[in-house]
Amino acid sequence: MSWIDICAVTEIAERGARIVKTEVGCIAVFRTGPEEVFAASNTCPHKGGPLSEGIVHGRKVTCPLHNWVFSLETGEAQGADEGRIATYPVRIEAGRVLLDAGAVAAARSAA
Amino acid sequence: MTEKLVVIGAGMASGRMLENLFELAPDAFDVTLFNAEPRGNYNRIMLSPVLSGEKSYEEIVTHDAAWYEQHGVTCRFGERVTAIDRDRKVVIALNGEVPYDKLVLGTGSSAFIIPCPGHDLPGVVAFRDLEDTTAMLEASGAPGSKAVVIGGGLLGLEAAAALRLRGMEVTVLHLAGHLMERQLDESAGYLLQKDLEKRGITVLTRASTKAIQGEGKVEKVVLEDGTVLEADIVVMAVGIRPAVSVAAEAGLEMGRAVKVDAQMRTSDPAIFAVGECVEFEGNLFGLVAPLYDQAKVLAKTLTGEADSFTPKELSTKLKVTGCDLFSAGDFAEGEGREDIVFRDPARGIYKRLVIEGDKLVGAVMYGDTADSNWFFGLIKDGTDVEEMRETLIFGPAFQGGAAVDPMAAVAALPADAEICGCNGVCKGQIVAAIEGGASSLADIKSTTKASASCGTCTGLVEQVMAVMLGDGFEIPAAQNVCGCTDLSHEDVRRLIKAKELKSQPAVWQELGWTTPNGCHVCRPAINFYLLADWPLDYQDDPQSRFVNERNHANIQKDGTYSVMPRMWGGMTDANELRAIADAADKYGAAVKVTGGQRIDLLGVKKEDLPGIWYDLNEAGMVSGHAYSKGLRTVKTCVGSDWCRFGTQDSTGLGIKLEKKLWGSWTPHKVKLAVSGCPRNCAEATCKDVGIICVDSGYQVGVGGAAGMDVKETERLVDVKTEEEAIEWTTAFIQLYRENAKYLDRPYKWVAKVGLDWVKETLADPAERTALNERFEISQSVYRKDPWADHARPEKAKSFQLVADLTQEAAE
Repeated sequence: MSWIDICAVTEIAERGARIVKTEVGCIAVFRTGPEEVFAASNTCPHKGGPLSEGIVHGRKVTCPLHNWVFSLETGEAQGADEGRIATYPVRIEAGRVLLDAGAVAAARSAA
Repeated sequence: MTEKLVVIGAGMASGRMLENLFELAPDAFDVTLFNAEPRGNYNRIMLSPVLSGEKSYEEIVTHDAAWYEQHGVTCRFGERVTAIDRDRKVVIALNGEVPYDKLVLGTGSSAFIIPCPGHDLPGVVAFRDLEDTTAMLEASGAPGSKAVVIGGGLLGLEAAAALRLRGMEVTVLHLAGHLMERQLDESAGYLLQKDLEKRGITVLTRASTKAIQGEGKVEKVVLEDGTVLEADIVVMAVGIRPAVSVAAEAGLEMGRAVKVDAQMRTSDPAIFAVGECVEFEGNLFGLVAPLYDQAKVLAKTLTGEADSFTPKELSTKLKVTGCDLFSAGDFAEGEGREDIVFRDPARGIYKRLVIEGDKLVGAVMYGDTADSNWFFGLIKDGTDVEEMRETLIFGPAFQGGAAVDPMAAVAALPADAEICGCNGVCKGQIVAAIEGGASSLADIKSTTKASASCGTCTGLVEQVMAVMLGDGFEIPAAQNVCGCTDLSHEDVRRLIKAKELKSQPAVWQELGWTTPNGCHVCRPAINFYLLADWPLDYQDDPQSRFVNERNHANIQKDGTYSVMPRMWGGMTDANELRAIADAADKYGAAVKVTGGQRIDLLGVKKEDLPGIWYDLNEAGMVSGHAYSKGLRTVKTCVGSDWCRFGTQDSTGLGIKLEKKLWGSWTPHKVKLAVSGCPRNCAEATCKDVGIICVDSGYQVGVGGAAGMDVKETERLVDVKTEEEAIEWTTAFIQLYRENAKYLDRPYKWVAKVGLDWVKETLADPAERTALNERFEISQSVYRKDPWADHARPEKAKSFQLVADLTQEAAE
């Protein structure tokens, strides 16, 4: 694990997301509660919609282009749709959001 | 020879009787109908929905003057019958006598008024007829007005809930120790009371009214214990009494009401009676199903067919949105009677069954009434419940282990099983209608009347249709907002106002959302309802907005955005065009002229949005809101300035309208147009609001569409001046904002509520002014350029990457 400081938690709106540019493409960091964040690929597997612009509800996000819904915990598409987005370890420490760069790098070498 | 039939009373029973009679023998009688109320028949049990605003009076009319005329009935509405002379066979009324061969009494009952001092003051009403309902509606109009409802039975509680929804402060006074004491035990009464108190209704039990006081009209109610309650209106809902004075004076045999035999004949063979004024084998009748049975029997008796009336078990439901209460059968305590009671206080559920021997004789359900029809069936059929006694209270799903398929249950119903209680329609009639070609719910309603009144049986009717028609009929999905709630948009809107819910968490909590914070379907709707209803209190939530509205630009298929500056009324100038051209160059945008007479800059990257907004702002332009559920454009033609046909300054009016309406949020997008003459170059006849200028003034049309549906506008009003055109347009849009369901365009909303209602509402100058004022209050918050706000450095930052790990790795 190599945790990298991304931003302050407060820089992400509650029930909103911001994006981080990485070697594996843009990763969206979602803030689902005051002290809860998830990181996942920003790209919907359906038509490439930017998931960081979707409406965040519970621990899920709805793609703004065609309303596909993804679990931020597992990355799985919900309901009748089939597909998955990559998810990455992320945590909060002392008000800062930390992303596991190791997992991102591993995703890159796997790709 | 045609016989002379006189009918006294135009209520639900006599209305149904005449309908049945004309079906059996259209020309057998020459009918004269007296009614003390100055109108024909309406569905009295639907007065509660009229009071709460869920239905209009027009929707509950069952037989109007035209219907009577069509059937050759002589109507003497508003005329009271004073006596019956049985020897001469004449009815004596205020305006003279009418002879009869046969006479039908359908005089119904009147509300019981407690004869305490002050009971005759103006402002003391029963909840019995349309006059009462109108009086209550008028009293609820003034802000902060107060109502006292005397009587905590079904009717009183329906009145209280409806008045509360209308925004009144409501207190219910009930003499007994708990509400609906005849149907509920103490703890169920407590659950009901708690439910009502949550809605903001005060409930006082053991409250005995001593006097009603006021100078010239009701002002307060004084209780025996000295409590004084302020009141702008007092509703007495303590019970009804058969209205039988004319019958009694004519010397007919009486009990508590007019005694009849099973053919509905009174002690005089030429006189019949039907409905609430009837006593049969010691019973009185207050619910509608037996009244309709009586009506059917009487129609047959009159035409010489054999039939006889047998009373059936009855059930009742409380018509208060969100308060689930069902009661059927008999709850009196007695030798050999036992209760089975189920309570779940945390979920607010209470069920009570009364068993006598091996039969179920009574059932009350509160909070969960899903199985009520099954229990009612057991009561009606006198089913032996001995075998399932241990699990009876858990309902049909637990009898025999497996859950019961509702379709199988409906398929198994016998033909004489009653489906619609309001109209006494059994399964066989619905099946016959379907076999006769009915294929939609509307067909069933018009041919059988099933589900045409209170509508609670709609689901059952649809199930019968699904069983009969198989794949040919799809049961429409429940009209709830989304999976997070069982409530409909209409319910949510009403409850937000009635319970004064001013934040999203308040809505989720108070209305029992099943998800922690909604979903992409309900959140945008709730966000809109809150900001439309509480513009000064509610803080708009960008995270509950679709990406276009959050980013104030339209997202395109590749994730870039299109940006559209506002051009007031479609006008622009060389400087603006130069600024647009420069912006297109600088941010690499494609340029498209749109159907709304604007210029669209396509292909702008998200991180460039604050920059392009800043540049366009610098050139004097603001957001065109081409992305919003709000005012889009006001399209115009060149009008009298340039056009040889133009009658008025259509461009100028378009600009004025746009400057007034821009920035407002609405249930869906709203498009306007103003055409300078009937040649209609601005295509005003397919807009949400379209104005056509003519020599004499302005024709305002509404409810047009040119999207998925194409529809021409319908005329709202013709006015003489620009000011009036603007006032009407604004009032219409505000009425739409306050009432429509999220994502219904005006044409859908107008179709739902009826253009007549819209016209009638807006025709009242005071109402128009009030709507305009409320619109302006909202605009004091929302008539602002979002681009300028979002281009500020601290907001602009949020459009950028939060981190770039590609550089991090390089380092």
